[in-house]
Amino acid sequence: MAFWRRFCRNRSALIGLVILGFVILIAASAGLLFPEDPFKLVGRAMSPPGENGFLFGSDTLGRDVAAGMAHGARVSLLIGLLATSVAVTLGVLLGALAGYFGGWIDDVLMRLTEMFQTIPSFIFAILIVAIMKPSINSVILAIAVVSWPAVARLVRGEFMSMRNREFVQACHIIGMSDWRIMVREILPNCLSPIIVTGSLMVATAILIESGLAFLGLGDPNIISWGFQIGAGRTVLRSAWWVCTFPGIAIMLTVLAINLVGEGLNDALNPRLRERT
Amino acid sequence: MNQSKGTTSADTRDESAEPVLSIEGLHVQLPLGSERAYAVEDVSYALLPQEILCVVGESGSGKSLTARAVMGLLPAPHVQYEKGRILFQGEDLVQASDERMRQVRGSEISMIFQEPMTALNPVMRIGDQIDEVIRFHEKLPGKRRRELALSLLEDVHLPDPPRIMSAYPHELSGGQRQRAMIAMALALEPKVLIADEPTTALDVTTQAQILHLIRELQVKHHTGVLFITHDIGVVADIADRVAVMQHGRIVEIDTVERVLNNPQHEYTRALIDAVPGLVPRPVKTDSGEAILQVRQLVKTYRSGGRFLGIGKPQKEVHACDQVDVVLNESETLGIVGESGSGKSTLARCIVRLHSTDSGEIVYRGQDLCPLDRAAMRPYRSKIQMVFQDPYASLNPRATVGRILTEGPKIMGESTREAENRAREMLELVGLDVRAFERYPHEFSGGQRQRIGLARALAMRPEILVADEPVSALDVSIQAQVLALLADIRERLQLSMVFITHDLRVAAQVCDRIAVMRLGKVVEQGPTAILFEQASHPYTQELLDAIPGRDWSRRRIEAARG
Repeated sequence: MAFWRRFCRNRSALIGLVILGFVILIAASAGLLFPEDPFKLVGRAMSPPGENGFLFGSDTLGRDVAAGMAHGARVSLLIGLLATSVAVTLGVLLGALAGYFGGWIDDVLMRLTEMFQTIPSFIFAILIVAIMKPSINSVILAIAVVSWPAVARLVRGEFMSMRNREFVQACHIIGMSDWRIMVREILPNCLSPIIVTGSLMVATAILIESGLAFLGLGDPNIISWGFQIGAGRTVLRSAWWVCTFPGIAIMLTVLAINLVGEGLNDALNPRLRERT
Repeated sequence: MNQSKGTTSADTRDESAEPVLSIEGLHVQLPLGSERAYAVEDVSYALLPQEILCVVGESGSGKSLTARAVMGLLPAPHVQYEKGRILFQGEDLVQASDERMRQVRGSEISMIFQEPMTALNPVMRIGDQIDEVIRFHEKLPGKRRRELALSLLEDVHLPDPPRIMSAYPHELSGGQRQRAMIAMALALEPKVLIADEPTTALDVTTQAQILHLIRELQVKHHTGVLFITHDIGVVADIADRVAVMQHGRIVEIDTVERVLNNPQHEYTRALIDAVPGLVPRPVKTDSGEAILQVRQLVKTYRSGGRFLGIGKPQKEVHACDQVDVVLNESETLGIVGESGSGKSTLARCIVRLHSTDSGEIVYRGQDLCPLDRAAMRPYRSKIQMVFQDPYASLNPRATVGRILTEGPKIMGESTREAENRAREMLELVGLDVRAFERYPHEFSGGQRQRIGLARALAMRPEILVADEPVSALDVSIQAQVLALLADIRERLQLSMVFITHDLRVAAQVCDRIAVMRLGKVVEQGPTAILFEQASHPYTQELLDAIPGRDWSRRRIEAARG
């Protein structure tokens, strides 16, 4: 509860939490609010917002932009969470091994990490999706593959500073196994930076997904915010609403997640607690 | 500090002189919700010109905050000045403007700190740093400033001043850095020098030299020195007068002779009694046979290897160089040495935290060095360790119960057995059984050290390796933990390897002592004999450097007859 109180002290983090909660609510109730398939042509094409029964207008083919946004919220959050989980799992595993054992294991794993880091991440993601055929699985995989190196670096650093601490040495002396020391003793002590990085990575994942879908590399059977923007970009001057509303949704969601991540950082990082 | 300084101080001090610095009724507030309302409460003392006033107290007594208040460097906004006066030559520094305080700092009142490495700017040459001090306060041509800086470095007896001028802080040793700091502090002939634990981070032989230097310069420059320390031995060596602080208040202030030899206040007496007396333990005659033998142990650290270990390592440090020591059953073997002597490496080799390059560590006939993890497991519990830092040696995310039961469970005990044993151990080390459910941060340093000890004892060891177990603790807590160690050792018939840099502590707890220097054991023997007639010059040097040695001697003699 002390944690919750520290989190609430950061007002912008609270605002972020409220926005994020709203997005989750919409995503959860998309099926109730817009029971029909968002790809279905439901009315006159290019209707401005508020006309012909379209809250945010309709696109060039007469699809409901608001329905697409609600269903797209599901996809964005799903991809953000799944891709981040995969990336964090992989990053923690490799970073922990490299940081704990050091030596040649560290050398090999870190050079591998650097190899991934030298390729610009978005271009790398495009490459992976293009090779594997666009589908929701390949998009998640691509985002995870470009995101794990940052986690691995962070976890490696934490493990390196922890492994020579006296309490870890004490575990060696009572004969504890390496695996147990890593999982039970060291990992709980570096959870806070991992949580913070993870929360910020969700925002990045949503952005990458939108970018891929905008370029036509998203899953063609699933509507997403990026897909909507991509579909509307040719009519930006005649039907501004097709791009604008999904764009605002992306901006607000990413902003909200970043604010929550910052709030978590302040609340979990004991060195910053003094500041407020 | 072997020679007596009683006569010199009497000559230079003038009792009737006007105080150069006087603090009157100083109150410094702590933030709301702290343990007590004031960090410094109603503190008054006066510093005469040409005297050394030692302010002594344990951590949290407010001794450093008083000094920082004088410099106008309180850690705002948490800690704030409330009331009282700080008079420097009649001028109240509390009322002084920031502008005026900048003038006063450095040129009229200057300060030296505990850790010279952090007080010096690591990317600036020593010469430039001294020059900066002079330039800021006085208008002198560059050539004159350089001459002044050179003569200052000469004054603090640094070898080859021109070379030191162009050296960076990391190129100097700890003692040399502290000398450079002192040179900077004295650059403008301040009236008052505040020294905040200036020798605490230094080795004992270096400490003796620095104390000697401060005394010498104080006489030469007629400076009033406010010397803050926690070490009664240092007080005995350097002070003219002593102020004893406890919980933010001054409990006693008088001349060094009166305070140390005839303390009035109860706390002063407790503090002095907690100082380990220099009486070596009598030679132990009933030691059993050898339980642990270290033979020709070699451990070398290599650094600077390239990718995948290819290429030559650039630097080799011989942390242990053909070390031979023997631990007999139910005795305590002290390993004494200064930083970098390899004593901690030896301890970590014995508990098999480090691999060894060559040599043998024989426990009851079994050489432990070639054993792999699995083969080592049955021997693990027999040799246990107590660590130095009570704040780093317990997992902050684990309850005390988990910390204590983990080891026995690994050894194959059931959860219930392990928990019962843990509670027993808590009682044995003098902690409440309720500690079981709590987390390490809820305990003080001394209590944490007891938990660390309980963790080791829960494994039912035969040998306890204690790596500087009391050096991070205040002197009164230190005495308690040492007494506990002695008691438990007797009761459980443990054999102990005791690593320390402090010969006073070693004299109190060790039956035999091995003195290490640069990875080699230079001398070993029974404590009493080593203290009486050290044969190696380095041992003699260490003995001579013990702070407060003469005073301790006189106390022992007075107690005897």
